[in-house]
Amino acid sequence: MDKQLELVDLRKAYTPQIIPVKDVSLTVKQGEFLTLLGPSGCGKSTILRMIAGLEQPTSGKILIDGRDVSRLGPGDRNIAMVFQSYALYPHMTVRENIASGLKLRKTPPGEIQQRIHEVADFLGLHELMNRKPGQLSGGQRQRVAVARTLVRRPDVFLLDEPLSNLDALLREHVRAELKQLFQSQNAPVVYVTHDQTEAMTLSTKVALLNNGFLQQLDTPEGIYGNPANQFVAGFIGSPQMNFLRVLCDGKSAIVGNSLIPLPHGVTAPTEVVLGIRPEHVHLANSENEPTIHGQVFLVENLGMHNLVSIQVDSVQEPMKLRALMGMGERVSSGSSVKLGFSIESIHWFDATTGDRLSGAPAKAGVAKARYELSDLPSP
Amino acid sequence: MTTVSPEDIDRDALKRSGDSIVKRLILPISAALTVIFCLAPILWQLLTSFKVDADIAAIPNVYIPSRYTLDHYRALFERRPFFNYILNSAIVSIASTILALGLGAPAAYALARLKLQGERILLATILLVTLFPPILLFLGLLEVIRYLQLGNNYLALIIPYTAINLPLTILVMRSFFQQLPKDLEDAARVDGYNTGRMLLEIVLPITIPALVTTGILTFISAWNEFIFALTFITREDMKTVPVAGAQLGGASPFEVPYGPIAAATVLGTIPLVLLVLFFQRRIVQGLTAGAVKG
Ligand SMILES: Nc1ncnc2c1ncn2[C@@H]1O[C@H](COP(=O)(O)OP(=O)(O)OP(=O)(O)O)[C@@H](O)[C@H]1O
Ligand SMILES: [Mg+2]
Repeated sequence: MDKQLELVDLRKAYTPQIIPVKDVSLTVKQGEFLTLLGPSGCGKSTILRMIAGLEQPTSGKILIDGRDVSRLGPGDRNIAMVFQSYALYPHMTVRENIASGLKLRKTPPGEIQQRIHEVADFLGLHELMNRKPGQLSGGQRQRVAVARTLVRRPDVFLLDEPLSNLDALLREHVRAELKQLFQSQNAPVVYVTHDQTEAMTLSTKVALLNNGFLQQLDTPEGIYGNPANQFVAGFIGSPQMNFLRVLCDGKSAIVGNSLIPLPHGVTAPTEVVLGIRPEHVHLANSENEPTIHGQVFLVENLGMHNLVSIQVDSVQEPMKLRALMGMGERVSSGSSVKLGFSIESIHWFDATTGDRLSGAPAKAGVAKARYELSDLPSP
Repeated sequence: MTTVSPEDIDRDALKRSGDSIVKRLILPISAALTVIFCLAPILWQLLTSFKVDADIAAIPNVYIPSRYTLDHYRALFERRPFFNYILNSAIVSIASTILALGLGAPAAYALARLKLQGERILLATILLVTLFPPILLFLGLLEVIRYLQLGNNYLALIIPYTAINLPLTILVMRSFFQQLPKDLEDAARVDGYNTGRMLLEIVLPITIPALVTTGILTFISAWNEFIFALTFITREDMKTVPVAGAQLGGASPFEVPYGPIAAATVLGTIPLVLLVLFFQRRIVQGLTAGAVKG
């Protein structure tokens, strides 16, 4: 039977004012790796703890394999969890730590031995089996914590920021390890992080949360390429997406000295937000692209790229734009540049609600502005 | 200023030599003085307990005696049931320690982990009790003991000792439980432990160092208690060590038996010293090490 985790209108209210989780619904199927991503305090851990049964939902249901487990205790749900602090039992050896869950479930001793052996093989824990957690390094503790969940063969895996206590180098290494590890597991995985790189690299699906609301549930590509609103667009991608508040006339927006057509089927407001990722902005080289003039005021060397900050020439409110440029493109602080970007890479958002303006980006050519910007009514 | 004046150099040099004087002389000397200040009465008692009577009474004082004797110790056991006194002290102290820990630790756990109504008032009350001088309870307690006919009964000491030490136990254990990572208990629940087994198999083993520390405090205070023990117990064979030691009489009413008193003091202290030495490793050893991130 397919293993599956389903959350239905899950809500948690500590007090009428503090509601960290607001009616979240999502499904994680067999073999899927779902990441709960969002800024600190957005309710990620709370959702995870409700799935684990450590926190009672105020309303809503949690289904595992179609069975409602909302009222069951944590021990009866057959889930396994890796805690941010690892939470290894300090008075037990690594072996006892890994075995404890199986012993409680009255697994026959022979099978316990065999499963522990398998997991220890898998994670290279054999030399550590008789040590106490106090005698392990941070990375080793992390692996023991993962082993403790794997050995249980649970219906759902839960992980709460398991990498946040490791240093940067080790984190990258363990991240790759975790990815391989959970690819070989069947059960759904729910992984909490506030690190978008972890979310993008590990998951098959990302649930982006803000302020208790589910903002978007999509594949990593979908979240990056088709952000549902301005929050998602700004959260995913580093350096952050540029947002320009621009005026519209009916069907097009006025950007620099170009008119850019809005997506089809959009009833044009007077103002929209144009989003463009720094990696999609480059020095203008084609006539068919919208262009923007500006002054470079900061160049930051990121190693592979330069992050260039530009003050856009504009008669409206002053605008800043950041562009990621190859080391070959020589720009220096104070110089004037002409920037271009393709229409396909533009994201449009409603200026008031922040929602994505739907409709595929129109493929029409770019018309030159038909009038001077100073003619426009000020907003 | 462009030039360095001679005074500046001198001051620097002075400061440096001042530093080394502090490090090399003043620090060890003050440490030695502190140790002597703290240990002198105990050393004096130890020395006295081995001196012969003539040396004890001698004027001027004999600081380093040339003759030693075990007579005072022998006298304690031959002329008095001193072994009995030690046993009495042990029974009373151990019982009240176990009771204080057994009642205090669960209460502390509840106070640390549950959101109780009126928790602050409860804590304030507990704190107030620790500030209350036990001597003020004395007269009332005497009436209670008389009414319950608990005189000359170990319970007459065990109950008050437990009650007096309970608040401190609760406060210390509560702050220990508060710094215990809650993730550990959550992990145990997810693993399938029910509350009882979680407390017994996960929380209790980690709590042992804290239990030992507070337990030793309770034990020492019960072992050394005097007023209640003096008043509530009058039967000779049920007296505790401090009372028996204080009531040692000389051969004549005008003679103070310094030697036996010193011997009794030493014998009364040895169990405490052994206790602390025995449990020292457990106290120092942080058992929580490794539970959470390193
Ligand atoms: N027991 C509680 N009582 C009241 N509010 C709580 C409680 N636990 C958590 N909260 C609140 O719920 C919100 C969400 O907390 P949660 O731990 O889920 O955040 P998170 O997304 O995991 O953040 P982080 O990335 O920092 O771990 C926070 O604003 C927090 O203050
Ligand atoms: Mg969290």
